[in-house]
Amino acid sequence: MVQWTDFERATIQSVFEKMDYDDVGPAALSRCLVVYPWTQRYFGNFGNLYNAAAIQGNPMVAAHGKTVLHGLDRAVKNMDDIKATYAELSVLHSEKLHVDPDNFRLLADCLTIVVAARMGAAFTADVQGAFQKFLAVVVSSLGRQYH
Amino acid sequence: MSLTAKDKKMVKAFWAKVAGKAEDIGCDALSRMLVVYPQTKTYFSHWKDLSPGSAPVRKHGGTIMGGIGLAVASIDDISAGLLALSELHAFQLRVDPANFKILSHNILVVLAVMFPNEFNPEAHVAMDKFLAAVGRALSEKYR
Repeated sequence: MVQWTDFERATIQSVFEKMDYDDVGPAALSRCLVVYPWTQRYFGNFGNLYNAAAIQGNPMVAAHGKTVLHGLDRAVKNMDDIKATYAELSVLHSEKLHVDPDNFRLLADCLTIVVAARMGAAFTADVQGAFQKFLAVVVSSLGRQYH
Repeated sequence: MSLTAKDKKMVKAFWAKVAGKAEDIGCDALSRMLVVYPQTKTYFSHWKDLSPGSAPVRKHGGTIMGGIGLAVASIDDISAGLLALSELHAFQLRVDPANFKILSHNILVVLAVMFPNEFNPEAHVAMDKFLAAVGRALSEKYR
């Protein structure tokens, strides 16, 4: 089981409490689609993804970005058993969505960059460490049920 | 995933905007790396002070960013431009190349923190590709 320090728990709660989901979700997903363009393979029915401007203006990308970010809420509320919390979502991503689990890591990196940009100097090295540890656990749990 | 003409233009333009803060960027990126990826401290056991923003960290951050600046200037042939640095890393420093990715990530985080408006997705992809190319150039002589 993952051991969390008091600082890490408090940091994760605080970062997500202060987060503007409607801003960060779309920003993270659209950044992922621009920086790692092969991730667009999962969004064939999202319409115009031809360039960065199109991606950032695409309403389906924005909506899905919010959905994905809210998907992290359960992990934030259940930090002591993220693996069990995401078992079903892991199966979904594997069996139904057929998403290569390396993509979770790519999106997590983009989310880190977006949160860093929003928080500025408040995103200290220690906060970065806690945030990346949290996302690493999420990424691992989402890939756990693949076979 | 080689650098296109568009990537090179973007990297040069973005570097022109941020080069003035190169030492701060290097210092912060290195500080973050040592905290968030503590295994990287193994390369600096000869330093007295590994804490964020310490004198050796700031100095070395500046040195690293000097190398990045050299790579920008040599962007049309990074391998040639970084030949001496490549040999240094291969034969003397022998830093495991996985760490180039780790430091690159921390540089990107610092760029996001310090330049949130300029470091848009297009700048991000160009810088990510560029830093990956630098890492490849540095590992060229390893084996």
